[in-house]
Amino acid sequence: MTVSSPSTMATDTCIAVQNVSISYGSQEAVRGVYMDIPRGKVTAFIGPSGCGKSTVLRALNRMNDLIEGCSLKGRVLFDGHDLYAKNVDPVEVRRRIGMVFQKPNPFPKTIYENIAFGARINGFRGNMDELVERSLRKAALWDEAKDKLNESGYALSGGQQQRLCIARAIAIEPEVILMDEPCSALDPISTLKIEEMMHELKKSYTIVIVTHNMQQAVRVSDVTGFFNVSNRAEGDRKVGCLVEFADTEQIFNSPSQQATQDYVSGRFG
Amino acid sequence: MTSFPRGALTYRPGLARNRYNQLFTGLAAVFTALAVLPLVLVLVYVLIKGGSLISLRLLSELPPAPGLEGGGIGNALLGTLIVTLIASLIAIPVGVGSGVYLAEYSRGGAFARFVRFGTNVLAGVPSIICGVFVYGLIVATRAFAGQSYSAVAGGIALAVLMVPTVIKTTDEALKLVANELRWGALGVGASKFVTITRITLPAALAPIATGVVLAIARAAGETAPLIFTALFSPFWPDGLLNPIASMSVLIYNFAIMPYEAQISLAWAASFVLVVMILAANLLARWLGKLSRT
Amino acid sequence: MATGQRPDLFAHRRRPPGEKLLDLSFQRLTVVLASLVGLVLVGILITVLGGSREAMGQFGLGFLTTSDWDPVGGHYGAFTAIYGTLITSLLALLIAVPLGVGTAVFITENIIPLQIRQVLGVMVELLAAIPSVVLGLWAIFVMEPFLRPGLTGLHSLLGWLPFFSTEPQGPGIAPAVMILVVMILPIITAISRDSLNQVPPSLRQAAYGIGATRWGAILNVILPAAISGITGGVMLALGRAMGETMAVTMIIGNSNNFSLSLLAPGNTISSMLANQFGEADGVQVSALMYAALVLMLLTLVVNVLAQQIVRRLSLKYN
Ligand SMILES: Nc1ncnc2c1ncn2[C@@H]1O[C@H](COP(=O)(O)OP(=O)(O)OP(=O)(O)O)[C@@H](O)[C@H]1O
Ligand SMILES: [Mg+2]
Repeated sequence: MTVSSPSTMATDTCIAVQNVSISYGSQEAVRGVYMDIPRGKVTAFIGPSGCGKSTVLRALNRMNDLIEGCSLKGRVLFDGHDLYAKNVDPVEVRRRIGMVFQKPNPFPKTIYENIAFGARINGFRGNMDELVERSLRKAALWDEAKDKLNESGYALSGGQQQRLCIARAIAIEPEVILMDEPCSALDPISTLKIEEMMHELKKSYTIVIVTHNMQQAVRVSDVTGFFNVSNRAEGDRKVGCLVEFADTEQIFNSPSQQATQDYVSGRFG
Repeated sequence: MTSFPRGALTYRPGLARNRYNQLFTGLAAVFTALAVLPLVLVLVYVLIKGGSLISLRLLSELPPAPGLEGGGIGNALLGTLIVTLIASLIAIPVGVGSGVYLAEYSRGGAFARFVRFGTNVLAGVPSIICGVFVYGLIVATRAFAGQSYSAVAGGIALAVLMVPTVIKTTDEALKLVANELRWGALGVGASKFVTITRITLPAALAPIATGVVLAIARAAGETAPLIFTALFSPFWPDGLLNPIASMSVLIYNFAIMPYEAQISLAWAASFVLVVMILAANLLARWLGKLSRT
Repeated sequence: MATGQRPDLFAHRRRPPGEKLLDLSFQRLTVVLASLVGLVLVGILITVLGGSREAMGQFGLGFLTTSDWDPVGGHYGAFTAIYGTLITSLLALLIAVPLGVGTAVFITENIIPLQIRQVLGVMVELLAAIPSVVLGLWAIFVMEPFLRPGLTGLHSLLGWLPFFSTEPQGPGIAPAVMILVVMILPIITAISRDSLNQVPPSLRQAAYGIGATRWGAILNVILPAAISGITGGVMLALGRAMGETMAVTMIIGNSNNFSLSLLAPGNTISSMLANQFGEADGVQVSALMYAALVLMLLTLVVNVLAQQIVRRLSLKYN
């Protein structure tokens, strides 16, 4: 595996992943991942199903702590601080590195409360109505939801629920937003809206997104990491690994790895 | 040619297999009738014998001295409410807290397995043994201000009985809450405490409430743990540290007395108890339906 | 830093110490509450074991096989009560199992319309909610007088058998068995119903698919598939029957004289406790604690077995 440093990286690294291996119980899921996620950019993870994209993404804000038996080796540095150091509070980590999940998971509360909940527990001192409106606008949901702010979050369609979850994540204004296939339940128009939003958001946030949609990776991301499953491990156990991590343009136009070339050109597997 | 006899496709009741079928169906129907019969009979008797006696006076007066007429079950009604309330105040926090531990904090380790096993064992401990335990722990040692039999002792004995049910329902209800919901809360930086109290417990409220209501209903009708903890009293409740009357112990005591008046009061108390418990069961059913929608 | 440019409106981006403390205290609290269960169990064991030490030293294992219960002379043996506990619960089981399983089949298999099945199911569940002391009252004044002619007939017909050798005079083992049947029927029915519902539909279809009649399928395929769950339920019911106190105490007659006759009054461990514990003192308390220990061990063994059986079942289908 070779990792060419993306040119953008030289500027400012937000999260540095250093030789990270993650296991579920005794099963290793990904091995030996190195990458420097640049600040103020959109980084995309692509790769076939089961190669460990979500696993690595969850490692970036210690969501894996919640999965029984999940363990991590190596280091994840956020602004130079090891996220897995003993004295680090995972709750604080998640206040600064927010997350949007693959499946929409609104709280069983009103739309308004869904957004206000996170803000409140983060000690928000400003005007809540304003924050709710701003977040919903950013997530391209305001027009559809402004008349039913007091209805349950479940009263929305699946795609709307996902945008509500995005609004909920950006409402707490984290420094980094992690998104696991945020558009997999969305129609093309909402997807476009989310993508526009990401362009807007990256002015003030660092974004990491997992996507199966390669056009989307090209459209929104500055840097791309390609993950793959390899059999090179002893026996037949499949372990995920990061094959290539570079500027998106390079990944899609002149990748240095054959596997990347095969995957992005659709000649895969 | 087939090797089996084939006839027309008409149903022939005379066929041996069809006769067996009818026989077994009839048998099962008779069994079901026999199983439901006691409920009907108990309800009919309690409603007729007890319901006909109910009056405001009955619900608000003290029981008569042996051999005298009249009187009521006011003190027992109040006592049942008090003792059950004490039991609930102990059992609900303990049970919900333990259930939260099992479902939200434990990671399937040895301690959690021990607690789960212990909960099941405690659920199977005969209720009379709970009474013996609380007698030995509190009544015989005069643990509370030198008092022996007391309402508090009775409440604790009932609480021991309720706790396993509350733990199990809380544990199971929380396990039904989707993990995505927990992640959603933690993903916006909620602490475990906030996630549990603001998101998961409210989401599991209806099934937990169902279990709690059923546990309370069961405790309200229990007698065995009370007969030598709360004892009985022919007077109005006098603080929480004195013996207290309850409807279930009243039924037990009065049923074996040779006086008509007392036996009538036992039927009346049965009526009140059964109506309360059936109402609680209907409430629990309604809550259960609520949680499924 | 990105957030550096605008004012951070979120006061708790860094968690205040109070919040962390609350989080930790809550976790600790749940651990403490959860350990209470263990504590209570240990407490029960210590109370009962400690209380029975004196009687154990005095009577040894002979306590289990002798049946004189003499507070004046200070001799105690619990055989009558242990025998009563076992015989009443086993006989009750013998009657309640066919009734309960039959009812469960009747209200799960598609024999009668769904609405009626649901109503019947609810009725059986409500039967479980009726307090045992109310059933005891009913047993004294309604059931026992109703049963007595039948039992008398039994005596005159089969009186030469030791089991029916005494004249029924009201309270006795036989009425106690009947009220126990009423009490454990709902448990057996409910658990059998759950086990039958868990039988995979494919199995049912397979049986009907090869041309089995309804009862052919039920007896040969569906019931055998549900058998371990039903067995677990039966064991749970047995545990409940052995520990059941009030209704039995009110109708069994509370006699410590041993008799093989089911029509004679008898005793169970729990009814003995209910009757005597409050007024006992000295060695009698210890002897009662000893009996309570026996009851606890009996129910513990039965309940643990039941749990094992039920666990095996849930492993099989999940
Ligand atoms: N909670 C878990 N417990 C055990 N193994 C898991 C768990 N989550 C993921 N895995 C395993 O880890 C490997 C990587 O999974 P991961 O979810 O990270 O893949 P992914 O790249 O996100 O796939 P997809 O594109 O389908 O979402 C898989 O082999 C999966 O089986
Ligand atoms: Mg994934």
